[in-house]
Amino acid sequence: MKKLLVIFLLATLGYYTAVTFFDIGFGQPHFVKGVSPVKDIYLAKTQSPLTVSNAVTSIVVNFRGFDTLGEVTVLFLAVTVLGSVLYKNRHEVGKRSVFFSASSIVTSGSKLLFPAIILLGAYVFIHGHLSPGGGFQGGVIIATGFLLMLLAYENYSVSHTALSVVESLAGITFAGVGLLGFMHGGTFLQNFLPTGVMNNLFSGGIIPIIYIAVGFKVGAELTGVIYTVLHEKGESNG
Amino acid sequence: MIYFILIAILFLLMIASSVYAVIQKDLLYAVMATGIISLILSILYFLLQAPDVALTEAAIGVALTTIIFVITIRNTVRMEDESDKKEKFKSAVK
Repeated sequence: MKKLLVIFLLATLGYYTAVTFFDIGFGQPHFVKGVSPVKDIYLAKTQSPLTVSNAVTSIVVNFRGFDTLGEVTVLFLAVTVLGSVLYKNRHEVGKRSVFFSASSIVTSGSKLLFPAIILLGAYVFIHGHLSPGGGFQGGVIIATGFLLMLLAYENYSVSHTALSVVESLAGITFAGVGLLGFMHGGTFLQNFLPTGVMNNLFSGGIIPIIYIAVGFKVGAELTGVIYTVLHEKGESNG
Repeated sequence: MIYFILIAILFLLMIASSVYAVIQKDLLYAVMATGIISLILSILYFLLQAPDVALTEAAIGVALTTIIFVITIRNTVRMEDESDKKEKFKSAVK
């Protein structure tokens, strides 16, 4: 009975998926080079109304901004579930088991490199609309900086309260900027700020704000992941 | 021509490291080989003029994934052993 139900559900799902994709018509002429192909519109709008020099950023944050919000939400859920699973079975700060302490060369070098890595990450997500990179990449670079410090100093600690505050504020900023578009333009994530001159730092309307928020959010989340996984009590050397 | 040769060499290196990662019994070496695959993949993305994807691959694939796998290996088992794999998995999960 259960198997029949599963088969019936799968068949229904398969039927509707097939119908949807059958109607799209990939490879048809109107899909490739018709009156208004979507890629030409994206590239043209990137230049003219948005004045963003990095076309990938304009697609990720503006035209497909809702997808980016979904990705950020998925990352947030994954991090929350990981933290809640690993929360009970963890070491206290400084009690983490290490095979041997890091030498003074490693600790001094990490202390020297850490601000530079954070600066690089901030540069990557602040300049996301001008150069390659963006919020996700910058956030991951910042998280690797924190990883370096966590590996070098066994009693280095990151405040979970600060991480969750930063993460929540960044998420609220993203959603709030998106909702402000309703008041000004009419759609979610509609641009309402002046777009400025191309290739300037203050250009592109709301795109830099959103990417800075995404950078903070991803950086805080992945730092939390690394911290949680590193402080988990292992079976072999707990 | 030299561009083509460079890409071919990178592809061969990628295939070699993936085969090494599959057949290696020491999981730490296998994880390092997957890190090398990600590194070469990010170079290839850069050569194919996709710097955004190259940056993502370098940051996530090379650094973050490798480190998380290394921490996992440190907390579970390092050597892949066919004979008592099941018991070790049980003790790792418990």
